[in-house]
Amino acid sequence: MNESQVESALADIIRDVLDQPDLKISRASTADQIEGWDSLNHITIVVATEQKFGIKFKTAEIETLRNFGELVDLVEKKLNQKS
Amino acid sequence: MSLTDLDWLPASSSWGERLRAAAGQESVAWKDMVELANARLDMVKINRLDSAIRRAFPRPPDGLRANPIRLAVLSSSTIDHLLPAIRVAAVRRNLWIDIVTGDYGQYRQELLDSNSALYERPLDGVLFAFDAAHLLAGADPSMTMQQADTLLNHTQDRVAELWRLARERCGCQIVQQTLLPRFPALMGGNEHRLGGSLANLVTRMNSRLRLAADAEGVDVLAIDEIVIQTGLTGLYDPMLWHRAKQEISPLASGLYGELLVRLLAARRGLAYKCLVLDLDNTLWGGVIGDDGLEGIKLGQGSALGEAHLDFQRYCKDLSHRGVILAVCSKNDDAVARSVFELHPEMILRASDIACFVANWEDKPGNIRSIAERLNIGIDAIVFADDNPFERTIVRRELPMVAVPELPDDPALYAACIANAGYFESLRITDDDLKRALQYQTNLERERVRESFTDMAGYLKSLDMRMTWSPFDTVGLSRIVQLINKTNQFNLTTKRYDETSVRQFMDDPHAITMQIRLEDQLGDNGMIAIVIGSLDAEKEFLIDTWLMSCRVLGRQVEQATMNQLWELCSARGATSIVGEYLPTPKNGMVRDHFSKLGFGPIQGERDGPQRWRLEIAAYKPLPTFITVMRGS
Repeated sequence: MNESQVESALADIIRDVLDQPDLKISRASTADQIEGWDSLNHITIVVATEQKFGIKFKTAEIETLRNFGELVDLVEKKLNQKS
Repeated sequence: MSLTDLDWLPASSSWGERLRAAAGQESVAWKDMVELANARLDMVKINRLDSAIRRAFPRPPDGLRANPIRLAVLSSSTIDHLLPAIRVAAVRRNLWIDIVTGDYGQYRQELLDSNSALYERPLDGVLFAFDAAHLLAGADPSMTMQQADTLLNHTQDRVAELWRLARERCGCQIVQQTLLPRFPALMGGNEHRLGGSLANLVTRMNSRLRLAADAEGVDVLAIDEIVIQTGLTGLYDPMLWHRAKQEISPLASGLYGELLVRLLAARRGLAYKCLVLDLDNTLWGGVIGDDGLEGIKLGQGSALGEAHLDFQRYCKDLSHRGVILAVCSKNDDAVARSVFELHPEMILRASDIACFVANWEDKPGNIRSIAERLNIGIDAIVFADDNPFERTIVRRELPMVAVPELPDDPALYAACIANAGYFESLRITDDDLKRALQYQTNLERERVRESFTDMAGYLKSLDMRMTWSPFDTVGLSRIVQLINKTNQFNLTTKRYDETSVRQFMDDPHAITMQIRLEDQLGDNGMIAIVIGSLDAEKEFLIDTWLMSCRVLGRQVEQATMNQLWELCSARGATSIVGEYLPTPKNGMVRDHFSKLGFGPIQGERDGPQRWRLEIAAYKPLPTFITVMRGS
């Protein structure tokens, strides 16, 4: 999966979890800006991402993420480590 | 197989689109929601379905199976992420659950406070879900055995007091979740010798909870048993515990909702009562009508045969604890019964089957009549069949019947049915233990004829594609196999070896057809064979016409006839002659040619017959099959 595929798959997960099929997400998007992205949905997004890509985040990794772009980069990094 | 994936439910590839379509209607249909809930769902889908339902139905809809259930979930850790799955598990059963939760950890105060939101309206159920770190606070590995006992006694008293409080205030069903055994061992395999070990205390507390629950009439939600099957990682993620105090992982939410709602449904008498079984490739390997008593796989000597036997044993055990067994099979009645009467390895006997239906009618109609004859609701029936075609038509025609998505390997059939929890029950009565006996005297033999099923609509929806081509070397081995093993749908039962089949291939006067059928449910492979040849008088004689019973009732005969007629016309034939040579097994095709529009030339009804069709008089028969010439 190249980076743009990861990005669009992640955006789809977020749209599914938040149940907003038309949600616009950019690399600079943060949870605070997006309606419905509360702490419960945050966990669901993380767990769904882990399941989708077959990866596991470390607690510390999740806590330092600042925006959507950093999540994409982190998933990308983990996928590279895996292969 | 994975319990947490709900894999007894059918997977649906277009689920997202179906949800959008159903939820986008001006007036959302409740039955669409029930149907969407009856698919294999992950947590994200569950949450989406739950949101759609709550948007469309601010109040419970009409037509539910039971009164709406108001459930209090009282927990010591985070459970918000499990609530959508509980509601969706209810919808799966055409039930409705409203959930009220307390602030987490405040359950005792909430129960005591008569102004609490819990009591705004009457409750129909209370779930206590405690984590062990909370309930067994104070545990310490340096405790003596005696101190550990004291801690357990004290804890048990506290829990029992909550039960009594809930019972006094609400007078409703109480469910106690067992403690999740998630603590690492301090000693190892003999952890039970360390009184203060949390791992050991959880095991001991759970067995005490069960005893106390039996005494108090409380139902147990046995997540500790589930851990044995899924492994701890299936239910618990320590990172989520630390991050969000979620003791049950959201990945297991679907399973959790199922387990809980099964208890609520069982308490309302809504569990399934009857297991309707297919025969061929379900109770034994192979097809009795084709393979015969010696040929079917059942019992010792083959792994497949033992797997089927094991499934029979599970069914028999279910019947001994009160589940009614019935048979619904596309078979000749006498042939099907002969296995029960004559096969030495059969565990299930005719006396175990409360209603035995073997005929060539469609299964939804037969299942309706089984329900009528047993005098139970259609929504009390579970239907187990290895054939995806039958499963799909039953789901479509009788959505209230539970149809498990049996795995490909019969070794997994029993586990699949057990995982689905259809027969969840909360207590066993004397009646249950005797039920199997009651039906022994109740063996009705009449054949079921009536059919109310919308076959046309179903066949149309299947999008069937038939591909035919003349015999070729690629198909040769399957052609020879079909010619030599097909007994039931076989007009002449002529057997040919490879050499003879090659002669037909080389004969310029012959027409050969190998026919494959594909549909939405998959590729059925090569399912029919026709061989015939044109004589000097331009008469085409059908030498062989056979078909696999797997595709019976799907208009393959009609589509084949249309194609054959075209081929014969193109070759200049003026008529087609068909023969029926009766055998003990091919009675089902006695009327084959008359159904296709042939007229009789000679022969008795029960003897060999010859039939003729004038090419010029034939009108192609309507079917829902698209016919293609293969390469």
